[in-house]
Amino acid sequence: MTTVSPLNKKSNEVISSKEEHADHRLFGLITFLIADGMTFAGFFAAYLTFKAVNPLLPDAIYELELPLPTLNTILLLVSSATFHKAGKYLEENNSKKCQYWLLITAGLGVAFLISQMFEYFTLPFGLTDNLYASTFYALTGFHGLHVTLGAIMILIIWWQSRSPGGRITKTNRFPFEAAELYWHFVDGIWVVLFIILYLL
Amino acid sequence: MSISIPPSTENNIKKLQPTGWLRYFSFSLDHKVIGLQYLICGFIFYLIGGLLAGAIRIELTSPMSDFMARDVYNQVLTLHGTIMIFLWIVPVVNGAFGNYLIPFYVGARDMAFPRLNAVAFWLIPPAGLMLISSYFINGAAQSGWTAYPPLSITTPAAGQIVWIISVLLLGGSSIFGGINFIATILKLRRPGLKLMQLPMYCWAMLGTSILVVLSTPVLAGTLILLSFDIVAHTGFFNPSLGGNVIVYQHLFWFYSHPAVYIMVLPAFGLVSEILPVHCRKPLFGYSTMVYSIMAIVILGLVVWAHHMFTSGTPPWMRLFFTIATAFIAVPTGIKFFNWVATLWGGRISLNSAILFSCGFIVNFVLGGITGVALAQVPFDVHVHDTYFVVAHFHYIVYGGSVFVIFSSIYHWYPKFTGKMLNETIGRIHFAITFIGFNLCFAPQHWLGLNGMPRRVAEYDPQFTFVNQISSFGALLMALSTLPFLWNIFYSTFKGKESGDNPWKALTPEWLTSSPPPVENWIGEAPLVTEPYGYGKKQETKNSPDSILEN
Amino acid sequence: MASTNAPIYDELFNVLFVIGTILFIGMTALVIYSLIQFRRKPGEEGDGLPIEDNLPLEIFWTAVPAVVILFVGLYSYDIYDRMGGMQILSNDMHSHHSISSQEKVWGGIGSSKQESNTSRDFPINVELTAMQFAFLFNYPKGEIISGELHVPVGQPITMRMESKDVIHAFWVPEFRLKQDVIPGQPTILNFTPTRTGRYPIICAELCGPYHGGMRSTVVVEEPEEYDAWFKKNSKQTEVEL
Ligand code: HEA
Ligand code: HEA
Ligand code: CUA
Ligand SMILES: [Cu+2]
Repeated sequence: MTTVSPLNKKSNEVISSKEEHADHRLFGLITFLIADGMTFAGFFAAYLTFKAVNPLLPDAIYELELPLPTLNTILLLVSSATFHKAGKYLEENNSKKCQYWLLITAGLGVAFLISQMFEYFTLPFGLTDNLYASTFYALTGFHGLHVTLGAIMILIIWWQSRSPGGRITKTNRFPFEAAELYWHFVDGIWVVLFIILYLL
Repeated sequence: MSISIPPSTENNIKKLQPTGWLRYFSFSLDHKVIGLQYLICGFIFYLIGGLLAGAIRIELTSPMSDFMARDVYNQVLTLHGTIMIFLWIVPVVNGAFGNYLIPFYVGARDMAFPRLNAVAFWLIPPAGLMLISSYFINGAAQSGWTAYPPLSITTPAAGQIVWIISVLLLGGSSIFGGINFIATILKLRRPGLKLMQLPMYCWAMLGTSILVVLSTPVLAGTLILLSFDIVAHTGFFNPSLGGNVIVYQHLFWFYSHPAVYIMVLPAFGLVSEILPVHCRKPLFGYSTMVYSIMAIVILGLVVWAHHMFTSGTPPWMRLFFTIATAFIAVPTGIKFFNWVATLWGGRISLNSAILFSCGFIVNFVLGGITGVALAQVPFDVHVHDTYFVVAHFHYIVYGGSVFVIFSSIYHWYPKFTGKMLNETIGRIHFAITFIGFNLCFAPQHWLGLNGMPRRVAEYDPQFTFVNQISSFGALLMALSTLPFLWNIFYSTFKGKESGDNPWKALTPEWLTSSPPPVENWIGEAPLVTEPYGYGKKQETKNSPDSILEN
Repeated sequence: MASTNAPIYDELFNVLFVIGTILFIGMTALVIYSLIQFRRKPGEEGDGLPIEDNLPLEIFWTAVPAVVILFVGLYSYDIYDRMGGMQILSNDMHSHHSISSQEKVWGGIGSSKQESNTSRDFPINVELTAMQFAFLFNYPKGEIISGELHVPVGQPITMRMESKDVIHAFWVPEFRLKQDVIPGQPTILNFTPTRTGRYPIICAELCGPYHGGMRSTVVVEEPEEYDAWFKKNSKQTEVEL
């Protein structure tokens, strides 16, 4: 057996496991997002199967309008870019500009939600009208929930980065990175959702 | 050999020693406390689930439905299945032993996310209590643990909704746990420790956690859709509203088949830790064991439809899933042959831990063989949804996972408490459990083949005698818990002191005091590159129990 | 052996049983032998042999189960095919049913007509409706609705199954045949009974409190008896069989 343990000079100093956490938290978040992505994958699979094996009666089929969701797609894609921009300024220690871009990102998120709400109210079908309608609302609603959470997270980060020496700085950027990763993930899901739900 | 643990005085250890039993009821962040919380909580639910099993077996001693009302019977079997799977096996083989052992094995002082860890545990008791209390309030769910719609949509809604919520909570707990294990194993490894030097249980937990992360969310999504059907009257799985019930089955089994490996892969890992210690031999075929775990993980994700052979799946699908399912026997077989090879030529101490582990091997092989038979479509169309299936999975979940849990308790109890369990009582426990178990479930194969469906409170009179044998076996199993519980309680207070390393084991959790101090080691964690280095030359001079004697 | 399925099934069962028994006894014997032979005898100290690996052995016990599995798989595929499982249901078999193009019909497993050796060259059509907690059999030809399934021995039967509420399953243990009856998904099941007698039909899918009581009987009769039964119950006076 070869068991080696060099005598540690600082052996009395108990190494706290919390010390080295920053990158592990991001790793944990990625794992969580994979799990979250699987929930969506399940929904998508259900939707596609429904579509393949339970075709609707011809009179229940409704062509979705594209302009609004296309606008939504653009809103989200732009918001990903603005988030990235905010990150650039955080890197440069320019907290004013960073906050500015964070607010814009949150604004775009909220705009997305409003536009989505608007779409909901103008759609000619309700939640329980038919299988297709139910799945449509379940998918977009679940995604909307994610956007809502993301927007709240962005606002929290924005709030925290206001006070100088606060929780969001160049050196302590985990909350920022986590929110950004999450936001990109939500965007990515939307793109898939857009293709599957509106374009296919 | 050069093992050196930095000098530490008794005093030092005492100071770091956790104190007070109250911390087991607190939001503790210590992985060892959380591990034992999982274990004890799980065992309490096991007793409840077992009590329900007792009720099932009492009902089935006579062909009539006379012990309880028919809908109560369905509630009891639903609760039994749900509790045993989600509140006993999954939390214990993953949560309990995973939390206790993984940080030791990777040489860390705690899990990667201690707070998330505590949250994951504390989701379990409320979920469990909610589930059980639904029985007393409005009647529990009564559509089986599979909750197939449209039955689950048409039975009383309250119980079904509570069932969904608690399974969602338990699923969440499981996902949090899985994230934590992946991060701990991959990221918290002590510098210098390579992946292929990790004890096998780490690999098993890595594989399991991958399955948890990939499949549990699908179950969550499915149950959310199901709850919409119940509450908001959508029609996802409701054919009278245009929905499709088969889609539910696919989504459900996409989780629930991997779930069976979530219940058994960690058990495989635990056996791989226990056998070498008591056989005084290295684990045979380490690397093939690792690859076979990963093969099981991958195959396990693509075999789910073998639960749906009679529900109108197209022929090609039946064929694909038959072949994929049966092939799981190959990597699983590799593990079993390696264990036998580990036994071969060892110096085996025939103690309770080894007996339960070997009982596991025997029982699981039988359960696995019936599994491979079930995978054959033409065979399955006859025995699907009969007692043959009930026999198959009890051979695996009880004869497999539960036997391993008992084995592990006998093995790690000295670690948990610093006390020894009584060996004689342990062997009596094993003997009664083994006999009772086989008496209970072996006859059920015959019942299924000869025409007794599962999930029924009444049956044809010609099955009475065999059912009574089965019930008698269940009674023995229930009785066997008594010596076990007595052993645990007695030994906790009056047991013989075990010393730090009673088994002279080489895995890292034994290279510290028993019970271990708060942050696992005084000083730096030892680097164990050969956790199974038994019988190696260098070792004879320095037996490992000298490690802690400075 | 009450259907063409049954002997084929039992053949498969015997093969699986033999293979399984050999494997199980072999593994158990190895474990027990090791436990006895290699147990620590009193006074024995020290460790066992540090053997860790053996490549030929590993290859051996990977290859052997793989071969066994492959054999079992191919064999059961053959059985499945002989039961008629791989056969694509041709539409003309049930064309006289009103099946709209919207409706998906799945084929259940079951022996098909080519194995029959009878005068009638078309299968007998029955419609099964399952509901909580009963089976109803409808013979469209004679407009018979019956709680029992009557079939002539040696005749291929084509049964169209549909459920009114939840999932049930049509199981005749003596036929070695089971198929779920699924709401919203009509299913065709083919079988050929081969021995006269009364056999239980059991609902095998949990369908509610009285699931255990949801049963019926299949009466397999000589063709003459069947014809008599059919005539007696038929609403149409002139039925050509
Ligand atoms: C821990 C749980 C667990 C595990 C590990 C397994 C393992 C396996 N299971 Fe099981 N199974 C369940 C739990 C489990 N199962 C449950 C709970 C159900 C019922 C669910 C419900 O409906 O409520 C079920 C149902 C079930 C079905 C559906 C039956 C039906 O409803 O009609 C099938 C069908 O294929 C199946 C197959 C298998 C196979 C092939 C394996 C394989 O992984 C087994 C592989 C192992 C071996 C084969 C033994 C060791 C190998 C060797 C010694 C090598 C040599 C062997 C050969 C060459 C054969 N299982
Ligand atoms: C996952 C783990 C697991 C475990 C460990 C068990 C353990 C047991 N199970 Fe169960 N079982 C399932 C999982 C499990 N089961 C599942 C998933 C189902 C399917 C549910 C469904 O169809 O939806 C099922 C279904 C099931 C059935 C079929 C019901 C039916 O289809 O109608 C039966 C019948 O015999 C049964 C029996 C038992 C018995 C006797 C035990 C014994 O091993 C239990 C032994 C333990 C004790 C007895 C507890 C200790 C003793 C006491 C607390 C004292 C009091 C005891 C008495 C008064 C007897 N189980
Ligand atoms: Cu109908 Cu069970
Ligand atoms: Cu399975």
